[in-house]
Amino acid sequence: MISRRQFLIGLGGGMAIAATTPLLMAAGSERVIHITARRFEYTPSTVTIAAGEAVILEILVSDVVMGFNLPDLKLRADLVPGQPARLRLPPQPAGELPFFCDVFCGSGHENMNGVIKVVA
Amino acid sequence: MGNAIDRREFFKLAGLGSVVLVSGCSNLMRGTNQAQQDFHFVQLSDTHWGFHDPAVNPDFGGTLPKAVAAVNSLSQQPDFVMFTGDLTHTTDDPAERRRRLDEFRRIASGLTVPVVHYMPGEHDAALDNGKAYSEFFGATHYSFDHKGVHFIVLDNVSDPTAAVGDPQLQWLKDDLATQRPDSRIVVFTHRPLFDLYPRWDWATRDGDRAIALLMPYNNVTVFYGHIHQENHHMTGHIAHHSAHSLMFALPAPGSQPKRTPVAWDASAPYRGLGYRRVRTEQARAGYTLAELPVVKG
Repeated sequence: MISRRQFLIGLGGGMAIAATTPLLMAAGSERVIHITARRFEYTPSTVTIAAGEAVILEILVSDVVMGFNLPDLKLRADLVPGQPARLRLPPQPAGELPFFCDVFCGSGHENMNGVIKVVA
Repeated sequence: MGNAIDRREFFKLAGLGSVVLVSGCSNLMRGTNQAQQDFHFVQLSDTHWGFHDPAVNPDFGGTLPKAVAAVNSLSQQPDFVMFTGDLTHTTDDPAERRRRLDEFRRIASGLTVPVVHYMPGEHDAALDNGKAYSEFFGATHYSFDHKGVHFIVLDNVSDPTAAVGDPQLQWLKDDLATQRPDSRIVVFTHRPLFDLYPRWDWATRDGDRAIALLMPYNNVTVFYGHIHQENHHMTGHIAHHSAHSLMFALPAPGSQPKRTPVAWDASAPYRGLGYRRVRTEQARAGYTLAELPVVKG
């Protein structure tokens, strides 16, 4: 079992956000979309992007350790206060991609979610 | 696989009503151990003590006591009762968490069955790594044996990332090493070990590793909670059965955009809530599941 303290130590040791490093290298001119997180909401909770557009999501949490999970793309990141997490979304067809917090963060955790709307 | 449950038969039976017969594995049970004899246990799940939304369950203070009374009134008493997590509804206040656990324990102590086993759900344990839960109920993972069946209680909730974790996986491996390939094994978890519906986080982050450890054993069945409804699923030859809640129902996976609780239906009170009786069938090495209502209609 990972305690919250161990979890933070692990993150400091570089275990977090497996997708980040290669994504940063690939970022180039891709649009960066900033999302802030705090218990128990993402702002914005609805993100609209164009079909076929690759984007970078940069997520910054302000209060407690939590997560960001895009299950349809099997992408996720740990969110640690003060450490922006970056995820690259490859070009997508039109549709909706729900996301949610996957680290139990409190009494409103189960309602902490949002959606990426990919429009043609 | 020769010992796999026939999926078509399984789901046909599941669709017939509230009783599911799990068949198969009879070739494995020749030379049955003397200690093995049929018995039944009761699974209670997701009681969420402390939840108080009358639009979802106006009898939020009465449903658990009714369930306790219903189990006590069973004409044939189970050998034991198993609570598969989310005993309490989550709270950010550690003192309130303990108050809810204490109240839950007091109500559950009304069960006349002499043996009651507990395990946590994420609502009980994820905010403090199971500390408060353990103060009231002890270990969050353990195993025990009963009449020839090896029961394993796995904790996939005390880690807030919803993982079993390396130390517990090693414990599982060591525990399983004491069993024969044909041993009868029942696993209790709170969350599904498989990816039931990732869009609603109905999964365990490293559940595939737990399943991989269980896979060499020919006679494994998993009972779990978390999703507040019946669901029957196979991963290879391993059957997974989720249970109803005793506080509120949740929608079928993917049936609506969000996993919001099902609203109370005054014309059908307690619909979607209930508990389960599991009867072992030693002759066929299977289980008969009966889904029972909180209040008899």
